Amino acid sequence: MAPPPMSANPVIRTASYCLVHAPELVRYGSKPWRETAKDASFERRLAERLRGFEAAVAYPPNQTFIGNLSPEELAALPRPWHSGVVGAGPCSASGRFGEILPQDVFYAILKQADILEPALVELSDAAHKGMLAALQGHPVLSRLGAPNSRDVSASKLRAEVQTGAALALELSGELVGCVRRDDRAEGREDQNLDARTLLEGLCAKATAAMALAWLLERAGIDAQAIDFVISCGEEATGDRYQRGGGGLAKAVGEMCGCVNASGMDIKNFCAAPASALITAGALVKAGLYERIAVVAGGSLAKLGMKSEAFIEQGIPILGDCLAAHAFLVTRDDGESPVLHLEPHAVGTATIGSSTSDEAVYRNLLLEPLAALGLTMRDIDKFAPELHNPEIMEHSGSGDVAHKNYRMIAAMAVLAGSIEKQEMESFIERVGMVGFAPTQGHIPSGVAYIGHALEALRSGRSRRVMILSKASLFLNRLTGLYDGVSFILEANPQLTNRPPEA
Amino acid sequence: MLKGKKVAVFGERDDVTGLAIRHCVEAAGAEVVYETTSCFV
Repeated sequence: MAPPPMSANPVIRTASYCLVHAPELVRYGSKPWRETAKDASFERRLAERLRGFEAAVAYPPNQTFIGNLSPEELAALPRPWHSGVVGAGPCSASGRFGEILPQDVFYAILKQADILEPALVELSDAAHKGMLAALQGHPVLSRLGAPNSRDVSASKLRAEVQTGAALALELSGELVGCVRRDDRAEGREDQNLDARTLLEGLCAKATAAMALAWLLERAGIDAQAIDFVISCGEEATGDRYQRGGGGLAKAVGEMCGCVNASGMDIKNFCAAPASALITAGALVKAGLYERIAVVAGGSLAKLGMKSEAFIEQGIPILGDCLAAHAFLVTRDDGESPVLHLEPHAVGTATIGSSTSDEAVYRNLLLEPLAALGLTMRDIDKFAPELHNPEIMEHSGSGDVAHKNYRMIAAMAVLAGSIEKQEMESFIERVGMVGFAPTQGHIPSGVAYIGHALEALRSGRSRRVMILSKASLFLNRLTGLYDGVSFILEANPQLTNRPPEA
Repeated sequence: MLKGKKVAVFGERDDVTGLAIRHCVEAAGAEVVYETTSCFV
């Protein structure tokens, strides 16, 4: 029998996921920054609850994020996960999908990400040598640019930080660097170019570049082979006349040596990665590009977002990692999971439907399935907002993933796919525990794609649906929220291939 | 129970939204004087 024809649809060939353990950047997160401004003692109480690198690496949700544990293995581990779990098995900072990087090496990448003259990021000459050696010896991240060795003395750094002109970069409480505002004449009066705002952009760029470097490594392709980059993080970069203007995609591609790529940024709050993957797939399907990298860096503003609750309860600050991901979208390669882009196969929340939750979920869940002649029973796993419940529950917001699964199961009942009494068993079958750090766009369904690609390639799953939500109302310009969904399916070429002898 | 009452509605994007609560309480005869939906992530 002849094999099925190659799909006109694109595929997601591989994915990468990285974390940066950055305890001494948590103070620059939005919530800690605002609390410290009200009460200077907050910073000391915050510092007392920060955990070390080994604890962050051993933390089971982080191991799940980088691919060393499956969501099913995580769900089987007793909680609390933060107190050191018996039976979690060996853990590593290196993962199947990427890695967890300590902040000293990250500072060297942050320095590499800074292209301004005079420099925004300064590192002390003594500290930078060691950081740079670690970066240059890194098997994957050494590609992130040539070393910049124009460092400054510790005394000069101290003077600059003490005057309040720059933010301190510390390692175990020792000052090793600083981040400045744009103090050139054209930047001096611009609040969008202050040190903390620029640090947000630099963190987004540096972490996205990490994820892209890992993506290229995992895909086994040269940076020059990428012909388009889409950035889908939430950070708004730009100055007073164009805050949010974009440019992160090309900045990240430049840092990784993607010299043949063009690029653009896509904004849609937490749903931007899903929107970006659909857009990338459509561009590939249209024949405009062959290999598109979809990347997103981490959110400095969201570090320590729930820290007040953690300090009150005397448990470690779990929001201490910047997170990043990257995906490679290509034409059908006969092996990788297919991204369904047939007419109406992508779920969207239309402006008109947003007057009813039921209508939104019908748009997101049922219409794409109907377009492909499928029902909710044909999806093996649904991946909605996959926030780590340990972070959300301690802060009083409950298990966000489970709340989303309740809505999905309710729609399955309304659609006649299951009986009401089957809801819990349905959730058990198609759901999973959340494991992603609360970094906005990072947990929004796409955190599961790395695991999904493996399940779809191995035959453990046939179809997976990714669902993302976006709180558009946070822009204060509309009351709407958005939803975006798409279906990944095991490659028909792979599923029809006879087993190897 | 809610007939003729004034109600302030606080919903959550990842749970029951303000809009869904509004529909329920209005059906029960209440007047919604404030409605918001928050995002906690």
